[in-house]
This record gives sequence, structure tokens and C-alpha cells, in this order.
Amino acid sequence: MSDTIFAPATVPGKSAVAMVRISGPMAFEVAERLTGAIVAPRRASLRWLRDPQSGDRLDQAIVLGFPGPGSFTGEDCVELQTHGSGAVIRALLATLAGFEGLRLAAPGEFSRRALMNNRLDLAQVEGLGDLLAAETSAQRRQAVGLLDGGLSALVGEWRGAVLRTLALVEATIDFSDEELPDDLVEVAMRDLVGPLDEMRRELDGAVASERLREGFDVALVGLPNAGKSTLLNRLARRDVALVSDQAGTTRDILEVRLDLRGLPVTVLDMAGLRDAEGIEAAGVERARLRARAADLRVFLVEDDSDLAVLGVACEADDIVVRGKADLHDEPGVSGATGKGVDDLLGRISDVLSLRVTGGGAISHARQRQATERALAALERGRGCLRLGDVELAAEELRLALASLDFLVGRVDVEAVLDVIFSSFCLGK
Amino acid sequence: MKHRNFDVIVIGGGHAGTEAALAAARRGADTVLITHRFDRLGEMSCNPAIGGLGKGHIVREIDALDGAMGRAADASAIQYRLLNRSKGPAVQGPRTQSDRALYRAAIQNIIKTEPRMSVIEGEAVDLLVKNRIVTGCTLADGSQITAGAVVLTTGTFLRGVIHIGQRTIPAGRQGDPASVRLAERMDELGVTLGRLKTGTPPRLDGRTIDWTRVGQQEADAAPVFLSFLTEEMSCRQVSCGITATNARTHALIDRNLTKSALFGGQINGVGPRYCPSIEDKIVRFAEKASHQIFLEPEGLDDPTIYPNGISTSMPEDVQVELVQSIEGLERCRILRPGYAIEYDYVDPRDLRPTLETRDWTGLFLAGQINGTTGYEEAAGQGLVAGLNAAGRALDLDSAVFTRDESYLGVMIDDLITRGVSEPYRMFTSRAEFRLHLRADNADQRLTPKGVELGCVGVSRRTAYEAKAILLDRARASAVSHTMTPTEASRLGFGLNLDGVRRSLFDILGHANVDPDAVFGLGELSKVAPPILRQLAIEARYAPYLARQAMDAERLRRDEAVRIPETMGYDALGGLSNELRAKLERSRPATLAQAGRIEGMTPVALNQILLHIRSGRQ
Repeated sequence: MSDTIFAPATVPGKSAVAMVRISGPMAFEVAERLTGAIVAPRRASLRWLRDPQSGDRLDQAIVLGFPGPGSFTGEDCVELQTHGSGAVIRALLATLAGFEGLRLAAPGEFSRRALMNNRLDLAQVEGLGDLLAAETSAQRRQAVGLLDGGLSALVGEWRGAVLRTLALVEATIDFSDEELPDDLVEVAMRDLVGPLDEMRRELDGAVASERLREGFDVALVGLPNAGKSTLLNRLARRDVALVSDQAGTTRDILEVRLDLRGLPVTVLDMAGLRDAEGIEAAGVERARLRARAADLRVFLVEDDSDLAVLGVACEADDIVVRGKADLHDEPGVSGATGKGVDDLLGRISDVLSLRVTGGGAISHARQRQATERALAALERGRGCLRLGDVELAAEELRLALASLDFLVGRVDVEAVLDVIFSSFCLGK
Repeated sequence: MKHRNFDVIVIGGGHAGTEAALAAARRGADTVLITHRFDRLGEMSCNPAIGGLGKGHIVREIDALDGAMGRAADASAIQYRLLNRSKGPAVQGPRTQSDRALYRAAIQNIIKTEPRMSVIEGEAVDLLVKNRIVTGCTLADGSQITAGAVVLTTGTFLRGVIHIGQRTIPAGRQGDPASVRLAERMDELGVTLGRLKTGTPPRLDGRTIDWTRVGQQEADAAPVFLSFLTEEMSCRQVSCGITATNARTHALIDRNLTKSALFGGQINGVGPRYCPSIEDKIVRFAEKASHQIFLEPEGLDDPTIYPNGISTSMPEDVQVELVQSIEGLERCRILRPGYAIEYDYVDPRDLRPTLETRDWTGLFLAGQINGTTGYEEAAGQGLVAGLNAAGRALDLDSAVFTRDESYLGVMIDDLITRGVSEPYRMFTSRAEFRLHLRADNADQRLTPKGVELGCVGVSRRTAYEAKAILLDRARASAVSHTMTPTEASRLGFGLNLDGVRRSLFDILGHANVDPDAVFGLGELSKVAPPILRQLAIEARYAPYLARQAMDAERLRRDEAVRIPETMGYDALGGLSNELRAKLERSRPATLAQAGRIEGMTPVALNQILLHIRSGRQ
């Protein structure tokens, strides 16, 4: 049997309620020894918790029992909801640690048990991790989708389609002396079209989804002393950047994380882009690299002729805006007075939101790479089928399956044979 | 009480038993085979064919290790057919219809000429066991035979029961008694027994078939032999007939379904999905209006016909009606009725990779007793068990076969890791290294290993080494002869004009290159055609094999991590109960084997690895 683990599920500190979770074969027994009463499954009961050694009352708590496998971890689980006092939690944890066979959980151990007991698959665990780390509403929505099995369901469909295709191909190989329909290879090739298109579509959206998870980089680009740092400070509502009238004040790249209408955005302030010498020249070069790599650039200019000398190209969605708008009457933006700032933020969020709409279920580099591998193998597999090289096609399809399984689960040959046997009448 | 001593005892004279005894003897063990009747050695109890997809691969592997099956199949072959001839060489399976009498004669002849092997006609009724070591067996006449190892290959004889309609007959196969006492002894040993079933069709009198009304399937014009040593055909080639069931047949079966032993509730054993009875086929695939039947001759001078496709456990009178409802068989006479047979098998998860039982030293199991079906699967296990029984008795190295080297390895690993839920048959799709595990290179994969194990005779060794030298030389010249894409295109090969120099070997592997055009170039023009063909196959798969080599490497790394026999999965935290139960059941010997248990997760594997590592410190 596996051992029983426990851990506080809430952050330490003063709060109205705190929660300690216990998972494993001893969970119910431990709760019953703490409360002196039977823990009814899936029913909340108000109980006094006592140290079974001393009889000391620790706190009054709501006790909730979830018998496995219908629990978060798939094991017997008990939740103890106590008052949110550091002293109560400390005493409760010490008492729990005193039970033979009970130990404090390692970080992530509850999720790992859920993974091992097939309560969550790997993509869902990633979703759970994302949800816990989500800072903005769009990130939350994405994480919930992943946790809810959005990607898993999609991969499940692809996998099912590849498995069926593989079964058809394997049937033409292993049962070629049986009465099988003649067009199995054509059917197999046709069946692959849908998943191939979907995978391509998902991969197109994957970059935006990854950005949403990790945050979009927006670079403020301009000549020295264009007012970039003042604008950054305005966005951060605090003095992040050292501001002076002296050109070239900013040499490092400064970052401010914003929640921009639910989108996670990192605004980058960097050295003004001019031909410089020495240490400033290095800063300028780094700034150019970073600006080119950013998801979006905001060019702060005095007039459009500035764009030509910055050494960073203005790309399709990039925003060009006149800076220091407090000094003139034209439309523009001013970090000093805040003029035009809301308008600028609106334009940034419009551009980024549009990209996220195209984003798909794939939001981790690991997921994207596995899907790319699967896609490439499927495309090669179709090529082999076209040439009639069925055994090579099968090899590619297996590789595709292995890549998809890398996302969520595992396959084995019995799964292929099961599909074959349930589809065809075999055996002379 | 008579008392004799041998190195190895083999109980059972089917395909597993004969191959086991021969292998043990070839390895130097003084071996005795105990069977009811010498003249039934080499009997094909079911269909008169050897080889096929996956199966032909196994036969070639047996042959590469100097076993008997391939040679006997060639000596009795009356219809050669290479299955999947139009597909890639990796999935081509050589197969032959065999004359049953000639096959028996060939096997018996090989046994007679094996100096270290003898045969006792009798019935082994019990095992001698001392301190968890199996030391011999007792025969029905009370005499005892002792040995350093015992191979049990009882096929369907353990509590075998034949069903024909409502009639049940305890029997190991038609005409032979079941082994009940031995089954009881197996109970006492505490091995886990399960129940399986299989079936066979009625045998027909070919003289009463209207051959003008059935189709014909002919032998291949260019035969592909089962044995690497065979150079010419031994027998005249014949055709098989082809007919089919029809609406009348299906209605008849439907009407009589409750009379079938299968559907009447008499049978509890699980049958194979890929070899269903005709009742099964009609119930499960009701939408099919017709099922094909091959009429396979059982011998050149034997009128018996094996109607492949209508295995049944209907009562005899229904079988007659059933057969006569089929085109061409309207006046056909049944020589022997078809039947279903249920039998005990041992859960193969009780076995080691050597096929020795985990708890009883010196006791090896092979063949249908391990839950497999098919002559080839049985013979392959027999060979491995025989080699290892000799190893146990003579204190030689064990002979373990791996998944990346042979179908034998795939089969044994599947059996001991996953167990069986239906009679296990080989398919090429079970082999993840299928492109490497080919029938054409079985000798390259296994003969050197067989030489090392000491089970390969001089003539095979000499023949193989001669071929290997020629092949190595041809490969070396193909690899060293390179050309630019421009030169290649001048010769008519359509390759990418990317400036990369390619060898003749690379070019040979190209999908749109005609191999014959390459064969005419440079040194290759002097190489013999069979060697060139082999080279072309290697070239075709070379890019894939390079990729698979990484998988094989990972496999070997994980195979190298031994899990101690005393491994306690109870103490291992964080495993699901289901997984823990499976691990306890198959007790994998290596990390790789553990990884192949159904439902295994990477996290759980990691736990096991960590546990092993921490135990070592």
C-alpha cells in the first residue's frame, strides 16, 4: 500500500478558514481518531479535533471525507477545514505528523498521485499548475480549459483517428490472407485528412496560446530621450525606471508586468536606439535584439522619419505613436501627464486580444513540440501509403501515436489489435 | 522400481516438446522425450500448414537456431505461398501447406538422427519435487526418471475436454486421453491455472467434393523456403480449393445455435478472436452474407481435406447439414467431426524469460500450456525452454531473447509480462522493431547467437558464415562506392541535386530507384543475386533502422536495470493499487519489462528506479 500524506492546502497566515488535506489509505482512520467520530463519506460535519495522545482540543473544524477512487487523488481523502490561525495549523500538523505511517506531502505530491491514479492526465496537471499560477482572466480561462481536459480531449480525438488508421494499415499487413475490404489503404489515407488539418490549425494558434500562458512582450522603442521611461513609470504607477533629461539614461532593459484587460503583458523599456559607444553601445544592441523578438513594438517618435534610423523594423501590427504629447497639441501619448495612455493601452490590448482569439488548446512548448513531431510523422506516413509502403507507413503512424501519447497517456499494441478485432471478421 | 537418469526430460511430443528436446540435445544435454506414441511425433493436430505472417518469422528464427520445424516444413511442403508478396520484405511471411504424413516422417527422422536424444513411449503422470526443485517425473507404470531439468509441454492435455454439441469427452486431442493427474500436481505446485478454448473444423473426404464447383488457389510459381538450408523443392505442388458459406448455411447455424457447445453455455474458456468458430462469425458479424472457406489437402496421398474457416462445436448431424449447405460440398462426407476443446493453461506471468517457472527451479513450460496457440509459437517456446533446460542441467549460460532481436523475444516477453486473456498468436504488429525482425535476416540475427549457445551444427554454421562474408563484402563495396547527384542523375537516378555525395547503398534505399540499375554498378556487378537482394532490403530499411536504433538503445539501457527478485512493491509509495497488483503479478525482472506492463506510467517507473537506486546505497 502507498503511504498516507498530509499538507496544508491554504497559504499560512491569518484567515477566516484554513484547510489541511490528508490522502492515502489511512486518511479516514486518522480523521476518525482526531474527531472521535465516524467520517461520513461526502458529508460535511462540524467536529472538534483533538490530539489523540493528550486529548487536547485543537480546534473546531468542518470535516469532509472523499472515499477513493472518487476523490482528487484517487485515494481516500479527508479535508479538515479549521480556523485560519497559524497556531491551530501548526498544532494540527504536529499532531498529524505524530501518527505512525503519516508524513508531510512533498511539493506537488497530491497532483502526482492524481496523475498516477489516472484522475488527471499530464496535460491536465499542466493545466492545474497554470491555473494556480494564473494572474489574469484570460490566463485563467486558458488554464481551466486545459484542466478541464480540453487539450486531452482534442489529443484523444487525434489519437483515436491515428489508432484507427494504424489498425487499418496493420490489418492489411497481418490479415492480408483474410477477407478484408480492398480499399482499406484509401480509407486510411482519407481518415487522416481531418486530424492533419486540425493539428495544423492548432499549431498555428499554439504560439499565441503559449504567449498567453507566459505573457506577451511589448517593447517600447524610440530614440534616446523619447519619453519611454516616463511612460513605463506611468504604466507601472510607480517609479520603475530612473528618469532624467539626459539621453541614454536607460541602459538595462526594465520590465513591468501588467494585467491588460485580462491579458498578461510585460512592457519592456530599453535603451534609446542611437549609435552609441562603449557600454551604451552594448545596451543599444541588446535593446534592438530584444525589441525584434518582442510580440509587439510601440514606437515612440517625434515624427515618422525617426522610424528609419532606429534599426528595428516596424512590423504589421506594431503601433507608432508620438511621444511627449504634453509638449504639443497633436494626438500622442505622454507619460508625464497620462495623456493618451488609456488610448495606447486600448490599442495594445486590441492587437493582442485578436491574436489570442486565434489561439488554440496547445499552450506549452512541450505540447507544441510533441504535436509538431506527430504532424511530421503523419505527413510522412501519408507519403508512404501513397507509395504503397504499408510497413513504413505503419512505422510513421506508430511514431505519431507515441508523440501524441507523450502529451497525455500511452498506447500499446493490444489497443491496435482491439480496434482491428472489433472492426473486421477475421479467421478462416 | 525402474530408475533412470537424464540431463533433461521433456514431457509431451507436440511441436513444443520435439523442438525442446532437440534443442536441449543439440546443446549437449542427454535428453529424453516422453510421449504416448512415437509415431505421432510431429503431428499437426489442426490445420496442415506451417508459417504465415509473424509465424513464418518464428519458423525462420527456429531454423536460424538449427531447430527442426523449417526443415520439416520444406520436406513436406505441397503448396508454398509467400504472404504479403506485394508488400515490404519486413512483413512478408513464408508459409506452406504440408503433407501431414511427410511432416511427421521428417520430424521423426530428425529425432532419430539426434544422438543425444531418446524417446520413451509412456505417460508422465507426476513430477518429482524436492525442496522446490523439480528433479524428474513418474510414469504411469510407476517408474521414475530423474534429470537436472524438466520441460513440460502438455498442450491442451491438462484437463482437456472436447465439446461436440452437447457431448463432452475428456481428451487432450481427438483420440488421446487428457492428463488429469498432472493437472492436479500443477494445482499442488501452486501455479496459477486458467482456462482457454480453441476449436477445429470437421475433416472432409476430398473424394466426395465437387472440385469443379469450387475456386482454386495455386502455389507460388517461385517458392520461398522455410529453412535457410533448403535449396530445392521436395514435393509436387498442389492447389487449395476455395468456397464460401451462404444464406442457407447461416440460417442453419442460426436455427441450431443453442445446440452449439459454444453458445449452449457449456464452455467457460476464452477463445481466440482471430480464429473464431463459424458460429462466432455468424453471430458477431451478422451483416456478412458469406465467409470464405479454404479447402486444404492434408496430404498428397491422403483424401482428407481441412476446410479452413468452419471450425465448429455443433452436434455431428448439424455439422453434416452445415457442410452440405456449401457450394461444392453438397454430397461431401465428414471423416471426423469438428470440435471445441477447453484446457487448462498456466498463467505465463509465473515464468522467467528462460521459461523456467519462477518458484520451481528446474521446471520449464512451453507451448499451449503457456496460453499460446499455433504450431510455430509452440515450437519457438519449446526451443527456448529446451536451450535453457540444458543450461540449467549442465550449468551453461541461459538463453534469453530480447524484443529488439527476435520474435521469440517479443513472444516470451509479451507472455511473461502481460499474461494472456485469449490464446496468444503472433502478429507482426506485436513487434515494435518489425523492420529489423525480418524473415530474410533471421539467420543474421540469430545464427551467431546460436553458435555461441552451442545449439547450431557445423553445416549450418559453415553455410551461414560463407553467406555473411559475401554479404559483408558486398555491403562494404556498396558503402564505399559514392557519387555526386549529378553523376547519379546521368545514370538515371532521380535524386535531390543537393551536392551531397551518396553511396550505392544510400541510392539503393531510395524509394524511386530501380535496384537492378544499381546492381550493375562497380563491384556489385560481380555479386550473386541472393546477396544483392539481401543488400537491397537492408538499404530500404536503413534510415528507419537508424532511428529505431535509438529506441533499441533505450530499451537495452532499461533492460540493464535489474529489479531485485525480492522487490517489495508494498513498500513503494505512490503507486496505484491496480498497478501495484500488476507488478506483484508479473514481477518484472528489469525496468524495461516493468515499462511494458499495461497501464504503466512514467511516474511509477521513476518510483521503481528510485527505489532500486536507494536500495543499492
